[in-house]
Amino acid sequence: MNDYLARFQGYFQGQANDWLGPVWGPQAFTVGRTLAMIVMVLVPVLLTVLYYQLVERWVIGWIQVRKGPNRVGWKGVLQPIADAIKLLMKEQVVPSGANKVLFMLAPILSVAPALAAWSIVPFFPGWVISNADAAILVMLAMTSLGIYGIIIAGWASNSKYAFIGSMRAAAQMVAYELAMGFAIVGALMAGQSMNLTQIVAAQQTPYGAIGWFWIPLFPLFLIHYIAGLAETNRHPFDVAEGESEIVAGFHVEYSGMAFAVFFLAEYANMILISTVSPLLFLGGWLSPFDVSFVRDAGPAVSWLAAPSVLWLLAKTAFLMFLFLWIRASFPRYRYDQIMRLGWKVFIPVTLVWIALTGVALMDPVAHWPVLRIWFGR
Amino acid sequence: MLERVKDIASSFMLTELVKGLGLTGRHLFARKITVMYPEEKTPASPRMRGLHALRRYPNGEERCIACKLCEAVCPALAITIESDQRDDGTRRTTRYDIDLVKCIFCGFCEESCPVDSIVETRFIEYHGESRGDLLYTKPMLLAIGDRFEAQIAADRGEDAPFR
Repeated sequence: MNDYLARFQGYFQGQANDWLGPVWGPQAFTVGRTLAMIVMVLVPVLLTVLYYQLVERWVIGWIQVRKGPNRVGWKGVLQPIADAIKLLMKEQVVPSGANKVLFMLAPILSVAPALAAWSIVPFFPGWVISNADAAILVMLAMTSLGIYGIIIAGWASNSKYAFIGSMRAAAQMVAYELAMGFAIVGALMAGQSMNLTQIVAAQQTPYGAIGWFWIPLFPLFLIHYIAGLAETNRHPFDVAEGESEIVAGFHVEYSGMAFAVFFLAEYANMILISTVSPLLFLGGWLSPFDVSFVRDAGPAVSWLAAPSVLWLLAKTAFLMFLFLWIRASFPRYRYDQIMRLGWKVFIPVTLVWIALTGVALMDPVAHWPVLRIWFGR
Repeated sequence: MLERVKDIASSFMLTELVKGLGLTGRHLFARKITVMYPEEKTPASPRMRGLHALRRYPNGEERCIACKLCEAVCPALAITIESDQRDDGTRRTTRYDIDLVKCIFCGFCEESCPVDSIVETRFIEYHGESRGDLLYTKPMLLAIGDRFEAQIAADRGEDAPFR
């Protein structure tokens, strides 16, 4: 597969050099290649966002013993298209007391980091827009920037509810950003790298799924996912929206396309968390059956042991489903409980576990019987 | 002490959350109870209080004798009746209006009627598109009665042993 890609790229590189000469050709090729990769990543992400919200309505419906949307098209598969057209044609209302510039800037500030963070997400060795060595830092920076969109939306709306919602979102994000950062620190310590491709490579052991970091770093894996729920303002941490108390939180005053853009940012972030969490803790594109007896069992079975982008997609799909499952199962946290969980439970637990990980990585300990599986390199 | 340790351990293992997820997970595969409304309908009681109708006797004579009991009992003051002597000397309504915007569908008019003239049918699928559309007049109510007479008679018959 990578072979074909290299030949494909080589062809275009040659064409660019022929057309634009040796000075501008390589430049044009680099720009064109990056643009093509951005399209290749963002178009599937946006389509997934579109259909994720349909699947969300289905799953929540099924859990509530309903059928969910099933009228538009076969079994309702055209529902997101209908919703998108409706939102496009709706009037864009700007409140009279709003700061118009900031009001229109907020959705953009919210969606741009959510999409930009995808630049460092590898889907397979080499299938990444930017194979940055500080990929994790870029991702943390981008997910933190998303909060500005929410704060500015709440401020610029000139509405009490929007303001309360954005204040809640800000406090919550600060609390959970720390826990999430620490959880990621554990993974990068265990992986000995900040490059996501290398972290996944570090999880390649002869033990298949047992060799991934989710077992030694189980608390960090849970905290990363739960903090992801809180970061994206999803149930049960969605006090920033809090329909029952503050209408819709920070985006009360938004309608039409601007609302749709917030919606898109939220769902793109959810998909991002569900993609990064497998990369850090669940072996990314590695196969859970990557053990010697499956690999040597003959062609009928051995394909199960091969790493593939499909494994990553399956893991992502499961975690995305878990988002919806959790939303349909649990009531919303009270605000002080959210703060307690973030500051008094998650941060101490992650700090302790980082210390333990550090000990486990030290020379004699790393080669102890069980720890050798993950840390003995 | 041991209880407390168990408590802390179970909250760290998220046991209750996993139990909750298990319960909702079972519902995910449960048989769905949604009724696909226009195609499927839930069963209705013969006592259902839907749209009003004025009935006739089998010979085509309207039942209403303009006693105005329904107008008197109506708690929402939704019924307006005017009456006059007809050429054959009987007392009949010249106007029988029900304002369905005011009506609360309590069924008192139906209960008070000595001749089973004003009734509430099972029919609920009606609407008004502009102001005044839901003010039903005598000819409209009689037409509804004519349209649903078979159903109305069957429902009254079914309910008669319990009256």
